[in-house]
Amino acid sequence: MSKYLTQYQINFWERILAPAFSATIQMVLITTIMGTLLGFLVAVVLLITDKDGIRPNAVIYQIVDFIVNVIRSFPFLILMVFLLPFTKMIVGTSIGVKAASVPLVVSATAFIAKLIVNAMQEVDHGLIEAMRSFGISEAQVVFKVMFSEALPSIISGIILAMVSILGATAMAGTMGAGGIGSVAITYGYQKFNDTVMYLTAAILVIFVELIEMAGKWVYRRMK
Amino acid sequence: MIEIRGLKKAFGELTVLEDINLTINDGEIYGLVGRSGAGKSTLLRCINGLEKYESGSILVDNVEVKNLDRKGMRNFRKSVSMIFQHFPMLTRKTVYENIAFPMRCWGYDKSTIDKRVKELAELVGITDKLNQRPRELSGGQQQRVAIARALTMEPKVLLSDEATSALDPVTTRSILQLLRDINEKLGITIIIVTHQMSVIKDICEKVTLLDHGKLVVSGPVDELFMNQPEELKTFLGEEQFHTEGEGINIQIMMSDDNDSKKILSKMSRELDVDFVIINSEMERYRDKYLGYLIINVEEKYKERVERYLNGQKILWRYYEMANGEEM
Repeated sequence: MSKYLTQYQINFWERILAPAFSATIQMVLITTIMGTLLGFLVAVVLLITDKDGIRPNAVIYQIVDFIVNVIRSFPFLILMVFLLPFTKMIVGTSIGVKAASVPLVVSATAFIAKLIVNAMQEVDHGLIEAMRSFGISEAQVVFKVMFSEALPSIISGIILAMVSILGATAMAGTMGAGGIGSVAITYGYQKFNDTVMYLTAAILVIFVELIEMAGKWVYRRMK
Repeated sequence: MIEIRGLKKAFGELTVLEDINLTINDGEIYGLVGRSGAGKSTLLRCINGLEKYESGSILVDNVEVKNLDRKGMRNFRKSVSMIFQHFPMLTRKTVYENIAFPMRCWGYDKSTIDKRVKELAELVGITDKLNQRPRELSGGQQQRVAIARALTMEPKVLLSDEATSALDPVTTRSILQLLRDINEKLGITIIIVTHQMSVIKDICEKVTLLDHGKLVVSGPVDELFMNQPEELKTFLGEEQFHTEGEGINIQIMMSDDNDSKKILSKMSRELDVDFVIINSEMERYRDKYLGYLIINVEEKYKERVERYLNGQKILWRYYEMANGEEM
């Protein structure tokens, strides 16, 4: 390998790009998993308190829905700054991967909660009515019918979320979280090194393609 | 027994059902017919509590439906099952799982579920489809799956909401035959909502015609057909026949017995009078063949024909022409 690459290039790969790559994967996975878990909880609260839900509660619904919408309307960069005090309170620091994961998870939670709610509300109303006509409980309608029927759409929604999380991790790089995006900015943009720029861009494109392919495969298996 | 008394239902300002009174006996196949928007589906949904009603009462085996609490309603719905126009299914589950689903939700044990799914699949004729997904099946087969699923809780009443409206005529007939078999084998009361008169003719014993949320006519299907009340004619929108000649038009009803079918030739021979046949129709009503003949008689024979028909105890009436003049 050293025949074709200079020592500088090897060092760059080993010390900069590889750790950045692993940081990105870590951030994307942690954010997606946490965001899905929390997003599911928020979605359940919204579905239950919805006016057609099991226990309609306008106050709780409005508050949760409002918060979710506010978070989603923030550009991620602004959200990150806005959440700094909150981040520091939770993880005790405002720089690094840990600190970056707080706004990432918050943003992913809102996004995923909304897409779960939407997917579940798209379930054929006739099916839900039919299930009610068999005396199936409302909780079973939500979890066994709506959730199960909506699962393929939820999965493809989460894949979509993963791609935008990947985009967000690049911005999280500015908080010292590292990652491919951060390399692109620090070594590519700020050092006017086009090769690094294109290389990181190519890595990101391949990364997105891989996520999409995995998503499509899962979707087809589930449907 | 289902007793509906003074039922009223409104969606906001819009009254969809008014002063509905009906009695449906155990084991009957009862038809609710009417145009779209007549309120027949709403009435059906009131019976199993999918719709609430403002006033009046619906007693199903002496239980007032609107007084049931959440738990009571769930239990009640086990005995009043329902099938739908578009046979909604769990798309990601197999036919087997779809039939088993209500039982799984009610916590039946595995062996009971397995036994009943197989029994019902056999009853509705889809044993070979159990491992397929619903969307791989034709409409008629999917409706069979829906019927099997509706029977898992061993209901006493089966509500059918336009269950054959999305199917072709041949499939419709086979589904209706299945419903009739179920009615006979299991003794389940079946209430059928439809806008298709052919469905009523095929399997219903009694029928109620609804129009604009009101009950228009009710009664046994064959009787209604023989008496042909105006409201029924309006609903059927029957073609009116024109005659060119003079004279009176008489509609003679023909029931299943041979006497009434031979009436025309007998009358012609015995009265020595010639008739013009304007129209004739025979149709199957459940198991009976009923029909009518419309004939044109010269004015001068009017009284003799009347007397003869009355003497033979034949049901008949003057037939009104398209221009509305009584002839």
